[in-house]
Amino acid sequence: MARAVVSVPATAKRGEVIEIKTLVQHVMETGFRRTQLGELIPRDIIRTFVCTYNGEEIFRADFHPAISANPLMTFSTVATASGTFEFKWAGDKGFSVTESAKITVA
Amino acid sequence: MTTRREFLATAAGLAGGIRLAAVAAPAQATPAAMQEAVRKVIGTAQVRKGRVKLDVPPLIDNGNAIALSVAVESPMTPANYVKALHVFAERNPLPNILSAYFGPRSGRARVATRVRLADTGTVIAIAQMSDGSFWSDSAHVVVTLSACLEEALI
Repeated sequence: MARAVVSVPATAKRGEVIEIKTLVQHVMETGFRRTQLGELIPRDIIRTFVCTYNGEEIFRADFHPAISANPLMTFSTVATASGTFEFKWAGDKGFSVTESAKITVA
Repeated sequence: MTTRREFLATAAGLAGGIRLAAVAAPAQATPAAMQEAVRKVIGTAQVRKGRVKLDVPPLIDNGNAIALSVAVESPMTPANYVKALHVFAERNPLPNILSAYFGPRSGRARVATRVRLADTGTVIAIAQMSDGSFWSDSAHVVVTLSACLEEALI
């Protein structure tokens, strides 16, 4: 199981723009590289990343082979209410990882 | 009889020809391929310069992990926000790098990640606004160690 690390502020003021950082473990094999025997290494990448905040989608990204191994993603959202962030990565070979984080909004 | 000078000039020309052929190999996208990839994503819309700030180092030692961030000027209100952001590199085998989708709840249209670049060339970021307009910024990047195409040690 691939590891995922997310960084969300524990508390925030209502209406404040908060920054979220996510990191997930993945080789992101491009599908353009060859082994020393000349065989093409099949593509194996994360295709999509979705972040939901109390069930509502706030950010989504499509990854291509040009995203580095162990993709890092930094983005923002407005702290509207206390609740849970859900992060979901999905990719080739049935890759699927979810992670969640809680926030308290004052 | 070929003089030394003529010989060197011919050799240099040949070497140049070989280099050109290598660049034109199908494994690497050309600016035309990037244009095509851009058109596939955004259609026939007109893209204007401005409002987008693409931040990427001008000189890169290792093309495998390059810190890239893109910020778009926008109030991010339900009436006026950035819908999507697309990043392309003209020299990558697949020009598409990233597509990110925002909404009014994003607060700020900024995204930062780490990318791979195969060769020296232009990187372009295109933002789609909620009013349907497209804005862009580009940067020229020099890459000394290429990503994507190197031989894997397996």
